[in-house]
Amino acid sequence: MTALQEPQAVTTPAGAPDRRPGRRRRHPWVLWTALAAAAVVFVYPFLWLVSASLKPRPEVFDNRLVPQHWAPGNYVTIWSAAPVLTWLLNSVVVALAAAVAVTISSAIVAFGFAYFRFPGRNVLFALVVGTMMLPGAVTMIPTYLIWNELGLAATQVPLWAANLFGSAFYIFLIRQFFLGVPRELFEAARVDGAGYWRLFWRIAVPLCKPALIVAFVFELRASWSDLLKPLIYLRDPALFTMPRGMKAILDQFGQAGEARWEVVLAGAVITTVPMIIAFFLCQRYFVEGVATQGRKG
Amino acid sequence: MTTTRRREALAAYGFLSPWIIGFLVFMAGPMVASLVLSLTDYDVLTSTQFVGADNYRELFADDRVRRSLANTLIYTVLHVPLTMAVALGLAMLLARAGRRSAGFFRTVFYLPTVTPKVAVGVLFLLLFNGQAGLVNETLARVGIDGPDWTVDGAWIKPGLVLMSAWSLGSTVIIYLAALQNVPRDLHEAAEMDGASPWARFRAVTVPMISGALFFTLIINTISSLQTFDEVYTAFYGSANQQTYGNDAALFYVVYLFQQAFQFLHMGYASALAWLLFLIIVAITLVQVRLSRRFVYYESE
Repeated sequence: MTALQEPQAVTTPAGAPDRRPGRRRRHPWVLWTALAAAAVVFVYPFLWLVSASLKPRPEVFDNRLVPQHWAPGNYVTIWSAAPVLTWLLNSVVVALAAAVAVTISSAIVAFGFAYFRFPGRNVLFALVVGTMMLPGAVTMIPTYLIWNELGLAATQVPLWAANLFGSAFYIFLIRQFFLGVPRELFEAARVDGAGYWRLFWRIAVPLCKPALIVAFVFELRASWSDLLKPLIYLRDPALFTMPRGMKAILDQFGQAGEARWEVVLAGAVITTVPMIIAFFLCQRYFVEGVATQGRKG
Repeated sequence: MTTTRRREALAAYGFLSPWIIGFLVFMAGPMVASLVLSLTDYDVLTSTQFVGADNYRELFADDRVRRSLANTLIYTVLHVPLTMAVALGLAMLLARAGRRSAGFFRTVFYLPTVTPKVAVGVLFLLLFNGQAGLVNETLARVGIDGPDWTVDGAWIKPGLVLMSAWSLGSTVIIYLAALQNVPRDLHEAAEMDGASPWARFRAVTVPMISGALFFTLIINTISSLQTFDEVYTAFYGSANQQTYGNDAALFYVVYLFQQAFQFLHMGYASALAWLLFLIIVAITLVQVRLSRRFVYYESE
């Protein structure tokens, strides 16, 4: 990391650009042009989305970024046509429940793997890692039948309850952090008479907060965005999450011939914006979490 | 085992118990159940009928299985390498930018990946609209007559591939992290030996980040084979039940979902799920096999 701050090479003869990797050339215009062009491609669809959601119907496909006529009424229309606020609150509740459940349970299991030596540890851990490859589609139908037997198939419970049992990826991620805690810390606490739960709760968890936050925000995002599970489980529109509601809006307003895209787009913005806000609040954790995957990979 | 050891093992299993219970109830159990179900006719409402391998026989004769499988594989074959190549290109640019600007662009590239796929599906329908969409309008400016992306069967998948490239941000971040771990002296030594940039890329960069490349290959392939949200949003649902461009957008999990939860063919859908599982296992094994030849691990 420190290498990035090292001063520019001064030995480069004028006119001969220093091409050595590791030494940044001053203002390499190709680099900046490429990055800027890519940035436009990545950001433009957002701008277009927001701008089009504020246009009157005939202008939606007019690809001007600033609307000729403003139509904030699109948001009023969707607000009165669909229980958007209910859907947003449902999403918040479901996503928080899913994220809290998976973070706590995964941390507990991760501690089990990181701290203890016990027979079968490696086999069990290999099993945990192996389940990361299991496609959700295989367990989808029997899982539905379980919730159906329990009479909970048409509720929001199936959207988060399985998270109470930990999830392979987060167990793996948090375990890596727990392994980094100096063992002497645990031993010292043991000598002072601390039980295992205390080691976990008072030492491991506070020291590994970043990993827990990564798990939390990842699951928050995954749960917020999910469409498949809400499609399977939720029947009553009053229970819909925002993406499920968004799909209903699209089905209602996006019909060929008389499509009211301006309303659909307002719905898409409402579905997206909370995640964008969450992202900017916890950016560091999103990015660090993803970057860790690469190092472990 | 001594008493302390036994006590410790017991405590360990206590900590692991959530996962062990969850594994039995939500993974192992359902896998067995799904295997059994795949040998039956089950529609939730009436009684279950054992039909042996009928579902599997039917599945191999089902045109829509073939169609959806082909669609999904074509999409994956286009999507995964494109994502990896573009992401690597962007990551290499970022690795050369200063630290602060790399942070800024990294955020910009990652942003689309937090967009819910439902919104991505909607964006696809509008940006790729054949008549007035932004993509074709941009193409028209350079004199290209863009295709009817959302309707023309031949162009639906390429369009979706382009749209999916929009959310390659996490792959970029993974590659950037890996690139930053490549020791500088390796590049400098190679350059001293007169290696061209391309030779250095092949002989230093790629081997040194091969672990990350391999990881994203596996992860992207598995998730790509299970593409659902954005495709279902754009092409299926209560309002638009018509088949677009001869099932060109029928992805495997979409078909599985329809069979299970719209037609309530739970047994048949379970057979579909098992076929998908076997395909994913087979592809992953092949990838692991091939990777042994080129993945370099520092620890080894």
